[in-house]
Amino acid sequence: MILEWLGKIGDFSLTLLIVTLYGLLVGAYVERVIAKVQGRIGIPYSQPFINILKNFFKRTAVSHGVMFYLGPVFRIAGGIGTLAFVPVIYGSEMFSNFSMAGDLFLVIYFMFFGQLGMALGAGESGHPYSAIGIARGLSQMTAYEVPFALAVISIVIQYDTLSITGIVAAQQGGWQNWTVFTNWVATLAAMLAFLGMMGYSPFDIFLAPQEIPVGPPTEFHSAYLGLLQTNRALFGATKLILFMNLFFGGATGWIELMIKTLLIYMVAVVVGVAYPRFRVDQGIRFFFKIPTLIGIASIIYVQMVLIS
Amino acid sequence: MIKSLGTEDTLENAGLSAEEQQLFSNARPKAYEPYPIKAVEDFANWARANSLWILAFGTGCGAIELRPLMSARFDASRFGVAGRPTPRQSSVFVIGGYASVKTLKRIIRSYEQMQGPKFVLALGICPVNGGMYFDSYNTVNQFDQYLPVDLYITGCMPRPEVLVAGIMELQKKIKAGRCDGANRYIENFDWYKANQKKVIKNWDMPDYNW
Repeated sequence: MILEWLGKIGDFSLTLLIVTLYGLLVGAYVERVIAKVQGRIGIPYSQPFINILKNFFKRTAVSHGVMFYLGPVFRIAGGIGTLAFVPVIYGSEMFSNFSMAGDLFLVIYFMFFGQLGMALGAGESGHPYSAIGIARGLSQMTAYEVPFALAVISIVIQYDTLSITGIVAAQQGGWQNWTVFTNWVATLAAMLAFLGMMGYSPFDIFLAPQEIPVGPPTEFHSAYLGLLQTNRALFGATKLILFMNLFFGGATGWIELMIKTLLIYMVAVVVGVAYPRFRVDQGIRFFFKIPTLIGIASIIYVQMVLIS
Repeated sequence: MIKSLGTEDTLENAGLSAEEQQLFSNARPKAYEPYPIKAVEDFANWARANSLWILAFGTGCGAIELRPLMSARFDASRFGVAGRPTPRQSSVFVIGGYASVKTLKRIIRSYEQMQGPKFVLALGICPVNGGMYFDSYNTVNQFDQYLPVDLYITGCMPRPEVLVAGIMELQKKIKAGRCDGANRYIENFDWYKANQKKVIKNWDMPDYNW
């Protein structure tokens, strides 16, 4: 029993390593794509790794209190916790992590958890821009969670299961079984929420580099920032894998996973390079209008068309 | 910095009122030794050299030369350079030309809030000898009397190409382990502070901005 658990933890550590490295690489790739759009060459692929190393090699770090320490720790715990319950490769015993019945609920909770921990940590730093960033980030999160939750409820009704593995299993047997084709209304609502989730323009109102320096992490430096950067790669890749599992049929191998997640990521990137930043009120109102209506429509669509 | 310090380890913070003194740390900064194993220090220096985050604080007319760095023509992000809006996260301070006394106060505040190892790049002729403002009543002439400078790029104004060349030169110096400005500042802390207080008359901040 104990050996079995140790093996599982070992498998999960391997998954964690691969997903983090993949997240960092894909982040560098996206930066390069954005640079090409702007007519630049862009950063080398090694840049995110060097940045994290540099931050861990800083000689000094000041603290603002206990919660300031715990903020980045909560954030990365949120990232690791989210990944722990998302099955990464369908049909693989090794890379299915701690997936179980009802893990979809846990994953949605964990996605919130990191943000709240970060809010407490950044709040203690006492920087006014951190507080503004948190207010913006949490209100935007509340806004995009509405269409996302509606889309998730819709596919839970459609597949009659709360297990992510169950949802992926129901989509096997060809592309025509993917949620994006069987329940395109829910996918549309979720992809609009996804734009807000990834934090690219026009929904980068909580980081807003030239406006409120960098939002919540303004005071975080050295190893704290290194942790946050690692989490950004890990959490970003985990969200991509979650969306792939819920709406795009999951993946049966690493190559399939990389192709699918990269394409999903490109949705946010293409929108990001094409549009400037929204104002706070515009960004939040956006989610309460059309995406929420599409989300409600997806539930009606499931009840009227798919179930009956 | 919570543990009690001896009087030789504390700063006076005489510029602050008694009430404000409770709000700021009075600890004296400490110089930092390199890692004992040379290979580790070399690796750390390589990482530091290839990830230079410049503080987005335009301190003089030379700041206008910083903007094109990130544009398509010069694209300094190829060398690991990025702009950072907060001193906590940045490692390079570019002194953009002349430093007036009023700005010098802000430069010191921002510099001390940066986390070590930190590097100062002086751009233009003004930080060297005052340049065209040599007899001005409110600019400082020799910048390295007030903060340690790691690399000078002279000219009036140096073009962004020269700035990129200077950044590459700075990277070479960091990799060789010869950029110890932050430690020099702490080792000669009293001398630098005395010079700073000589020109800044309304000193109403802590002696070291943690």
